[in-house]
Amino acid sequence: MNTHAAILVIVMAAVTILLRFLPFLVFRKRTPAYISYLGEVLPAAIIGLLVIYCLKDTVITRAPFGAPELIAGLSVVGLQVWKRNSLLSILGGTVIYMILIQAVFP
Amino acid sequence: MEKSPEAERKSVIVRKAFLKSLPVMAGYVVLGIGFGILLRNAGYGVLWSAAMAVLIYAGSMQYVGISLLAGGAGILTTILTTVMVNARHLFYSISMIGCYKNAGRYKPYMIFALTDETYSLLCNGETPDPEYADLYRFLVSLFNHLYWIAGCILGSLLGAVLPFSTAGIEFSMTALFIASFTEQWLRTKDHIPAMTGLLATLLCLVVLGPEYFLIPAMLLITLILTLLRGRLGRKAV
Repeated sequence: MNTHAAILVIVMAAVTILLRFLPFLVFRKRTPAYISYLGEVLPAAIIGLLVIYCLKDTVITRAPFGAPELIAGLSVVGLQVWKRNSLLSILGGTVIYMILIQAVFP
Repeated sequence: MEKSPEAERKSVIVRKAFLKSLPVMAGYVVLGIGFGILLRNAGYGVLWSAAMAVLIYAGSMQYVGISLLAGGAGILTTILTTVMVNARHLFYSISMIGCYKNAGRYKPYMIFALTDETYSLLCNGETPDPEYADLYRFLVSLFNHLYWIAGCILGSLLGAVLPFSTAGIEFSMTALFIASFTEQWLRTKDHIPAMTGLLATLLCLVVLGPEYFLIPAMLLITLILTLLRGRLGRKAV
């Protein structure tokens, strides 16, 4: 089990390193306009993708119908709009979520 | 004012880099603690947490990696998942090619350590002293990495002794992305890329289910944004 886990950690590290280095190796001279365009628009889209990815296992068909995720998620949005402090938003939302699933919708 | 000696200028750079990295310190320590706790709950202790923080150094990937480790995922699945979760790093690197061009011996480490947060601190290209720009960027990268390692180790140690239930702490990752999403929404005028990412992924999730939606969603997003290129490309982001 531990050998396999160690291999997975090394694979994750190697692929991550490869992704970070690849553009520096491939586009050393000139970056094609299409790639630069993707570089501008993709990051925002990928963050949207990751939001959905994180919420993919939320069950909305039975109680509490995803209410903890919805309430905590909206709290994060509200805090971010209000204070523009990501750490505060993340901490606040997480604490609200922990209270909701431990005490309100156990 | 007289020109200060080299050592003094370097110590100013160290201080400026430290100040620049401070906002990330709090975030990395908190998220690292969350990661360390979750990894411990999955049965992997402090050495695993430290190794992943040092070698992978990608917050969202490490969180996703916990479920890969716990589920005994295959190597191909691990490769594909890492590519999907970390593909955005390709684009951080692309936009830093010019900025890091002359970084010399610091360059390999700076590329290795180019996380979301480090990118967000350095992407505007500002530097307090043009002559030491590379040292400055190297130090910001290094400080951030150290905060992350410290947080991951701390979380793993704390996870064993915390007096309250940590159930629900996994929401910190969701909160991280929702906060980033909101912040970039507030900072940009054109919301089509963000909406494309959100809606295309949601569509794939509803149609294909939670097992298989990720890669199709990634392809659909790339396709839609490619088709919109004429429209979006003209406006400077």
